[in-house]
Amino acid sequence: MNHFHCGGIEHVSRRSLLQLAGLSGLSWLTPLASCLAQSHEANPQSKAKSLIVLWLEGAPSQLETFDPHPGSDIAYGSLARQTNVPGILLGDGFEQLAEQMDAVSLVRAVTSKEGDHERAIYNIKTGYRPDPTLIHPAIGSIICHELNTEQDRNLDIPRHVSILPGSTPGRGGYLGDQYDAFKIFDPQQAIPDVSSQVEKQRQRERLGDLDYVDKQFIQRRLAGRLNIAPDSLKNQNIDAALRMMSSELLQAFDISGVPQKERIQFGDTPFGRGCLTAIRLISAGVRCVEVTLSGWDSHVNNHELQAARIAILDPAFAMLIRELKQREVLDSTLVVCGGEFGRTPWLNALGGRDHWPNGFSLALAGGGIQGGRVIGETSPLPKQYSPVPNDNLKDSHPVEDVHATILSALGVDYERELQTPIGRPMKLCQGRPIDKLLL
Amino acid sequence: MNIIGWAKNGLFLSLCFGSIGLLGVYLMDVDRVRQPTSFQTDSPGPTDIQSVVAHVDRVFSQQWLAAGLKPADPVDSLTLARRLSLGLSGTIPSVEEIRELEKKPAAEQLPWWISRLLEDRRTSNYLAERFARALVGVEDGPFVIYRRRRFVSWLADEFASNRPYDALVRRILTANGLWTDTPAVNFYTRTIVQDSDDPRPDPVQLAGRTTRAFLGMRIDCLQCHDDFLGNVNLGSTAQPAAGTQRDFHSLAAFFQQAENSLLGVCDNPNRGAYEVNLLDSSAAETIAPAVPFLPELLVQSELNPRMRLANWVTHPENRPFARAAVNRIWALLFGQPLVQPIDDIPLAGPFPPALEILVDDFIGNGYDLQRLIRVIASTRVFSSDSATGFPVTSAHETNWAVFPLVRLRPEQVAGAITQSTKLTTVDATSHILTRVVQFGQQNDFVTRFGDLGENEFQDRGETITQRLLLLNGDMLAERLNSPVDAPLHLNQLSPDLAKTVEVIYLATLTRRPSLDEQSRFVLALKEQAADQRKFKAVDIYWALINSAEFRWSH
Repeated sequence: MNHFHCGGIEHVSRRSLLQLAGLSGLSWLTPLASCLAQSHEANPQSKAKSLIVLWLEGAPSQLETFDPHPGSDIAYGSLARQTNVPGILLGDGFEQLAEQMDAVSLVRAVTSKEGDHERAIYNIKTGYRPDPTLIHPAIGSIICHELNTEQDRNLDIPRHVSILPGSTPGRGGYLGDQYDAFKIFDPQQAIPDVSSQVEKQRQRERLGDLDYVDKQFIQRRLAGRLNIAPDSLKNQNIDAALRMMSSELLQAFDISGVPQKERIQFGDTPFGRGCLTAIRLISAGVRCVEVTLSGWDSHVNNHELQAARIAILDPAFAMLIRELKQREVLDSTLVVCGGEFGRTPWLNALGGRDHWPNGFSLALAGGGIQGGRVIGETSPLPKQYSPVPNDNLKDSHPVEDVHATILSALGVDYERELQTPIGRPMKLCQGRPIDKLLL
Repeated sequence: MNIIGWAKNGLFLSLCFGSIGLLGVYLMDVDRVRQPTSFQTDSPGPTDIQSVVAHVDRVFSQQWLAAGLKPADPVDSLTLARRLSLGLSGTIPSVEEIRELEKKPAAEQLPWWISRLLEDRRTSNYLAERFARALVGVEDGPFVIYRRRRFVSWLADEFASNRPYDALVRRILTANGLWTDTPAVNFYTRTIVQDSDDPRPDPVQLAGRTTRAFLGMRIDCLQCHDDFLGNVNLGSTAQPAAGTQRDFHSLAAFFQQAENSLLGVCDNPNRGAYEVNLLDSSAAETIAPAVPFLPELLVQSELNPRMRLANWVTHPENRPFARAAVNRIWALLFGQPLVQPIDDIPLAGPFPPALEILVDDFIGNGYDLQRLIRVIASTRVFSSDSATGFPVTSAHETNWAVFPLVRLRPEQVAGAITQSTKLTTVDATSHILTRVVQFGQQNDFVTRFGDLGENEFQDRGETITQRLLLLNGDMLAERLNSPVDAPLHLNQLSPDLAKTVEVIYLATLTRRPSLDEQSRFVLALKEQAADQRKFKAVDIYWALINSAEFRWSH
């Protein structure tokens, strides 16, 4: 039994009945599609089983991070450093990540059609541009919907988690809110709402009263109703919530027992602790964890601001790779790091870099992605007012291709078409995988 | 001290005592539950709604008869009051309001309650937020030039004054000026993409919004291609035709002249024609403003394009406009629209018979939203129970023979929790501290619970976060254990344990407990030591608030 979303056999059969009966208004995606998704489980040959997204909200500068052009005019003094892969440079601040470069690949000419934070975040998280008639699911929600094994259905904790959620943590969109990311904040704080506010005996009595009250209400209302899942009225998730509250897997969220020496290697920051927690969650069976590091929007004093963020990102990212390697789960865990777009190759009057969706960088590692590769190239002498922005790029890829690559690495049929609640056919992804990363 | 000093002191004391006395008199006289001015005991509501209500009742009766369905019995007035409060003000009736309601004769209770709600600022605020979601969404939007709060507040004023809906929509569609002093223009500034080469109100977004929010039709997919799925029928009622990309952009062309400047939104006739590259066309093509259906209603005049469009949208013969409004008000009251989805009503039907009757009445009575609410709330179908003594089938549900069971939206859950833990009404007259705490707690709750956004009439399932939030969340714990709220004190204030249980039920579920429920909880309270009973009362509160009966509209 799946505790966290509509996967119950009875629910499926009732809904399926409706679909067969042609009640299209009630027959959108949901359980039948879930059922189909289950029979359509991941390609067993794919290596990746889970995804960690290091989400850099605010848009990091590619020139100070993954695509430096030292010595060129657009560097404005930014330096770069050699990595353990000859010929691949990283921004100067990535002292530790440089030593892990053989496990990391860079996509350096990613493009987005959105130059506004809110819209671009939606675009890169869902693989679709904002559409007022529809909310598309985030990549983590798609993965949880598509990868639905027995183990997933028996997991006592949510399979989609957002640590330090930014302005828009992953949403289930048209797949349903049950695919929303479960949000937690700095892992050194307790997880919100998983502990009862009263002692055990009192909680038991409360639950007994609740069960009694619900029975009074439900008995007279459920008979024969087809558009309501049998469990949905009866506190659909209460069993799952109670199971989670008492689950041993909750320990995966709790890093207080991790030796300080080990914790500090990720950096003594909420983001570093988030990365450590992400590894523990993935090991516990969670499918997708997003860890957010905000504050990259450097319209003023770009170099100082980016350097301060890189100082937080570098140890956490590098240690994440090291630790996944050490646990021998890097092959089964895909790590993606990046923001919604990049920053202009030119400094503005305030020493800042503005929004630049026309060629920015993402880093990918593990999960079958070949390390030490660079896909795409940006010009060190870009034309500022080029009528065709991609003139400055070689082998560029839209964000949709990154989605296809992630889904493909996880064995998800990225071209599969679902139906939205109003019967609109919608592909999981609009892009094509970047084969050079996978082969 | 001389005599003048004594006289001054005496005068000062007299003033103090006099003021306190006056305050006391004022407080004694104040009517805690304000009586609605639009309600008269000899005429409990507009009498002319009775014929349209009877007409709606008749068509539903015929529908049930034809389908061989027995409708659910009518519910009592407290259940109706709860439905109306949740639908119109996003909360539940207070115990104080319930007491006042029950003082009225049975026949007057429903019209009195509707009148009270329609005059309540909570209602106009709540309706404004619901309509704003359809008009401008829920996101923050462009910096500085978009003031969502201002827009919602203005809408609330419009609803409070019961401005005819067609006039309200014309104000929005023809708005010019600054986003601060002419709040309606925020409908336009919301669509400006500030980082673009031409930061102006986006005709494409506006065309999509206009059709969805005002005409109840989704034609957004025509932005990129002609309809190939048979989803978008335009043309006319008699001769429906598949929608085309040209239809969409012809509508968008009405917004071509709108632009934004330091003086706000205005029309610039010199802006040039609307141009677009249609699919499979190699070159941009000029497209003139044209409406996607009922072209005969579009007046060819010297008026600017937006004014012509506004007149066409709100034309009395443009029934999709009225259908969209009726469907939205129906959705607010029932928790789900008469035609699903709320903003995708087919141009050529078929329409539920009740929809057309309500549309005729809405148009014929000057697009009076308050009257529309009164009419729908007075129908037999609105008073149907969600529970029956017989098996409910999907046919009962699709024919509205039972009241729909719909999960409450986040703001309704938060509003209901806030109100249930107070015996007095939490409204604009509440103490400022009460309102500040309420505002903070409800915002935090809705954020954590997960805002449904603009497509809020679509149930998307419950999340584990929502479940945990109700079981263990801070808001409920704080409300239940607050030294200034009811749960901890009820036991001491009630004359007996039975009354304690009754008040908890009234405060949370807007009904009295059944005999079985009462005996169970009285016994549970009795088993506690006297000084522990207040905690048991809190526990009963907790169980009722976590129950399906509290969390669902029924």
